[in-house]
Amino acid sequence: MNATVASAGFLTSVQDLGRTGFRQSGVSSGGALDAHAMRVANALVGNDDNAAGLEATLGKLRLRFDDQRIVAWCGGPFTVRIGDENLPPGHAGLIGAGEELVMAAPNEGSRGWLAISGGIDVPLVLRSRSTDLRGNFGGHDGRTLRDGDVLPLGKHGDLEIAAPWISEWSAPAPWAVTAPRDRFLRIVRGANWDRFTPEAQISLVTASFTVTPDSDRMGARLDGPNLDGNEAGDLLSEAVAPGTLQVPPSGQPILLLGDCQTIGGYPQIAHVITVDLPIAAQLWPGDHVRFHEVTLAEAQQLFLERENDFARFRVGLDLHRS
Amino acid sequence: MEIEPLGDSALIVRVVNNFEHGPDAALNAVLRVFHSLEAAAIPGVIELAPAYSTVAVFYDPARISRTELSPSPFDCLTAKIEGALQNQSRGAGEGASSRALEIPVCYDPEFAFDLGHVAVHGGLSEAEVVRRHAGARYRVNCVGFTPGFPYLTGLPTELATPRRATPRTEIPAGSVAIGGAQTGIYPSKSPGGWNVIGRTPLRLFDVKHEPPAMFQAGDRITLRQISREEFDSLRQ
Repeated sequence: MNATVASAGFLTSVQDLGRTGFRQSGVSSGGALDAHAMRVANALVGNDDNAAGLEATLGKLRLRFDDQRIVAWCGGPFTVRIGDENLPPGHAGLIGAGEELVMAAPNEGSRGWLAISGGIDVPLVLRSRSTDLRGNFGGHDGRTLRDGDVLPLGKHGDLEIAAPWISEWSAPAPWAVTAPRDRFLRIVRGANWDRFTPEAQISLVTASFTVTPDSDRMGARLDGPNLDGNEAGDLLSEAVAPGTLQVPPSGQPILLLGDCQTIGGYPQIAHVITVDLPIAAQLWPGDHVRFHEVTLAEAQQLFLERENDFARFRVGLDLHRS
Repeated sequence: MEIEPLGDSALIVRVVNNFEHGPDAALNAVLRVFHSLEAAAIPGVIELAPAYSTVAVFYDPARISRTELSPSPFDCLTAKIEGALQNQSRGAGEGASSRALEIPVCYDPEFAFDLGHVAVHGGLSEAEVVRRHAGARYRVNCVGFTPGFPYLTGLPTELATPRRATPRTEIPAGSVAIGGAQTGIYPSKSPGGWNVIGRTPLRLFDVKHEPPAMFQAGDRITLRQISREEFDSLRQ
């Protein structure tokens, strides 16, 4: 059974939680830029965390389904409709055979993640169904979706409910809608923090930075006060990760996102913490963002708390279904 | 050796500090750490990435086993890595042997967009640039930039040529190029600023293979100059 892409929207791609194990071959992790949103949506429709769904950018996505499916989405505050019904973020909804799902443009933020029960059953490439848009492999023919594409869907359990149906239960609100108006990203210091002047260090955590137009899934380029180094000399290239804030000689930082390259030679002033990557994944040209420093211990504590919360959320969903 | 955080879900093992004084020895030390950590298979570690003087360790903080005395995933993983590397230094010293690969390269003018520029910059004839480039022995220092791209050290110093001021928007797959003191081979079509002097017919990155990249850090590389005819016959 398939889903047909009636309208592919601005930039939609098949993504799962990413591709791991090939970093030493230069393959980036990729996957849903907000992996947490993708797994929450998957949990809502009864999929494994890592099932492949769609990452939609600025919406305008329309899909038609061959058979009944449960769908759910998280991310920027889009308006999503199943036929005439509104599907709120973080809720599961039933879509009938032949019905159309519409994701309209978001009011804030830029990206949304849609899970479909059974998952999108494109072939595994290097152990992942994610689309690597730089390497042009994985996902649907290694590219973004186009109007008329047909996406194979995986098998799912019997549905003993009739449309229209929208779940009463939902994901916690901060997981369902991840595009706050005040964009504060928490950071931990990077390896090259001490190569920057005290003024640069202060600017980083006090100034407002603006996302520039040449931003994409590899990284968000930021415009703000120059972050000057106090040490000359080239660095040897070393690993970077989604969340790394690197500073090229221009002094204007780049916030790396999921499709970033595996190694880089620019000084790393800081890293956005994992639990704030969902906010980073919503950044769009013209958005303003500020940074706030936390300790590594705090960052990891927040990470562990979110993992515990997610495990409890999964247990709760199983109780609803049983 | 130092271990530093790389955000909250990765860390960097700095194996050597004085890379410039002995790149070959430094790379061997990095590879020993890389293979020791691979063999240690520490639960919660997702993947490893060696590059020049460091090995990056990507991990899931929730899957690193912790104790009440030490609740920090970073501290616990650091201790486990230090333990694994101490065992290494007591055990076999040599680490994994490096593979030797021979890569055919055609330096035909059709493929060598910047051969003239490299020749002028080095004060050599084009034929001499080709002779010296094909005759040198190289080593893969790391794989990155684009999937499968090998950064090779061992370029004769007289061939070192600064990157182009304006990068090309498209460099064909297989292009052999010089960027500063390094040489490399573009596995797939991509933009790039290096000086292109030849092309290999081999396919350097193939997602149907595991690992997908032909090269890995530590490989010893020799180049073999081939004719335009042989290029066509070897083309994959």
